Amino acid sequence: MLDSYLPILVLIVIAVAFAVGSVIMSRLIGQKKPGEVKLAPYECGMPPVGSARERLSIKFYIIAMLFIVFDIEAVFLYPWAVMFKRLGLFGFVEMGVFIIILLIGYVYVWKKGALEWE
Amino acid sequence: MITVGHYLVLSAILFAMGTFGVLTRRNAIVIFMCIELMLNAVNLSFIALSSHLGNMDGQIFVFFVMAVAAAEAAVGLALMITFFRNKETIEVDDVNLLKW
Amino acid sequence: MENLVQMALQNVNMAAIMPSLVLCCFGMFLLMINVFMPRGKTTAASLISLLGLAVTFVVTLRAWNHPELGFAGHVALDNFATFFNVIFLIAAFLTVLMSDDYLHREGYPVGEFYPLVLFTTAGAMWMASGTDLMTVFLGLEVLSISLYVLAGLFRGQLRSNEAGLKYFLLGAFSTGFLLYGTALLYGVAGTTNIADIGFYLSAHGKMLQNPMTIAGMLLLAVGFLFKIAVVPFHMWTPDVYQGAPTPVTAFMSAGPKAAAFAALVRILILGLGGLQADWSSLLWMLAVLTMFIGNVTAIYQTDIKRMLAYSSIAHAGYALVGLVAANAVGISGILFYMLAYTFMNIGAFAVLVLAGKQGEDNLTLEGFSGFGYKRPFLGVAMSIFLFALMGIPPTAGFAGKFYIFAGAINAGYIWLAILGVLNSAISLYYYLRVMVYMYFREPQEDYGWVRMNPGTVVSIVLAIVGVLYLGVVPGKIMEMAKMALF
Repeated sequence: MLDSYLPILVLIVIAVAFAVGSVIMSRLIGQKKPGEVKLAPYECGMPPVGSARERLSIKFYIIAMLFIVFDIEAVFLYPWAVMFKRLGLFGFVEMGVFIIILLIGYVYVWKKGALEWE
Repeated sequence: MITVGHYLVLSAILFAMGTFGVLTRRNAIVIFMCIELMLNAVNLSFIALSSHLGNMDGQIFVFFVMAVAAAEAAVGLALMITFFRNKETIEVDDVNLLKW
Repeated sequence: MENLVQMALQNVNMAAIMPSLVLCCFGMFLLMINVFMPRGKTTAASLISLLGLAVTFVVTLRAWNHPELGFAGHVALDNFATFFNVIFLIAAFLTVLMSDDYLHREGYPVGEFYPLVLFTTAGAMWMASGTDLMTVFLGLEVLSISLYVLAGLFRGQLRSNEAGLKYFLLGAFSTGFLLYGTALLYGVAGTTNIADIGFYLSAHGKMLQNPMTIAGMLLLAVGFLFKIAVVPFHMWTPDVYQGAPTPVTAFMSAGPKAAAFAALVRILILGLGGLQADWSSLLWMLAVLTMFIGNVTAIYQTDIKRMLAYSSIAHAGYALVGLVAANAVGISGILFYMLAYTFMNIGAFAVLVLAGKQGEDNLTLEGFSGFGYKRPFLGVAMSIFLFALMGIPPTAGFAGKFYIFAGAINAGYIWLAILGVLNSAISLYYYLRVMVYMYFREPQEDYGWVRMNPGTVVSIVLAIVGVLYLGVVPGKIMEMAKMALF
């Protein structure tokens, strides 16, 4: 049974070897001309602003909360999708009701302004 | 060979760690993380037993536990945020207005 | 596989969840109304939720003597569930009646209050009608999560924040135990259906003393005993009851407690009946401890809400006596007692709602000095509820305690009944003390601010009617409670 996982193992080995190899190779044969800009932490190409040890805004929590709730509900969609044909019309209607309930939650969140950043 | 017994023992150890954490930690968020550890220990038991018994009920139960845990997390974080706004701390030792 | 799917689809029976379905629809409708209405206008929402509860009441009553089984045996709307559903609906109805004015007075006219009460009630209904540990768990969580929010409803008030946070942390903790117990029982019996667990255990007698079965039972019981607030799982109760908004406390002390009793009775009797010798001796001790600690600690309280919290712990102890007896009289006694307790306790809290000032710092014994003369109606109402809580005839409290202790004596637990009566005597002290303050102390302040709003008054009157009706003619309701047994 484990045989079927062999390609995945090969992929993992190649991926790790490539990543480690490129870092080591560039360290060995690359030229080193350190400058102030080059040594600065990389922040998506933007110039770094302020200290890295800042407190995160509490607004992230609200977004995270909403994400968790709506994200987890998707878990019920998978078994439903697998059995979609067999469950027939009834299954479709049931899942529609489920989505409508989620939609009500979404409208509530939206109108309450929880999705506004400011 | 890993049997269902191994999984149950692992689950019991995780559950005990979670319980111990809830009883000893003082930060509300860490306590909540310990509770989540307890719930996930239970999930592990359910899945191991479900596969051992050849019965799907345990796996369905895990779906519901996950969904409920997410809802609980949302409500719990919201309560912690409101508490933090009023008191600027989430240490449970500071949850002390009401005393027996 | 194909057959399984067909079977599952045929077994869906919406009639089995009709009451909670109606409630949920009203709850979601209210949420949407609440979003599109200007902030602070909650009166319409309270009226709609009353309508929703009334409609559900009618739907529920139609289910009496017409049991429905649904969702492949996961839900049963039998008489047992219907009796409890009526209790939840009464509790929610009385709570909603007293809430609107209170929310405005305290400065938090939040429309979410009403949908949350309806969702809590729906969760309680699933707990009472769940015949599978999965349904019971889902009901418990719907109920608990809504209650966490309700307890912490007053966002700017530190007291309410603390109540919500405490309730949440300890509630989630106890859920962990409940789930672990469920997992172990599933491992033993291979099913989460309560009746099937019972069949399995009676067919495989040697599994009864398997450590996994015993541990599963204990862990499962911890989860429910926490919700019922039985000593030693009661530590959250006084804090949460004192900190939560008063109508929420009223609701919490009646509805969820009854729901947890419903689930516990069904699981222990139907699922774990084979282990009765084990759990009844355990519950015997817990019942005695709960009664004594609840009553004795209540004596030392000066805050009335906190005193009623300890009294509610003691009352959970009385009701547990019925479960220890585990005979027809005892179990139907629990049903009767939960109904009686709903009327008398919510009534007492409704008086507190009217007596409280904004901020409610005056709900101490001192604050009640001379209350009975200044506010004759409220004084008399409070006295009736206190008499009922003491268990003095002809009130509901007396009839309830009578049935429960009679059940205990029938089952041979004479000492338990004696200890219960002794505890009722202890409780006289702190209930009577409130009345002494109300009638024999000089008023310390002006009571001119008490505003009699119609909703709360109707709620108090309904509660008085309930308390007296159950006390004077308990026979008919008791007959129904007996019909509700499975």
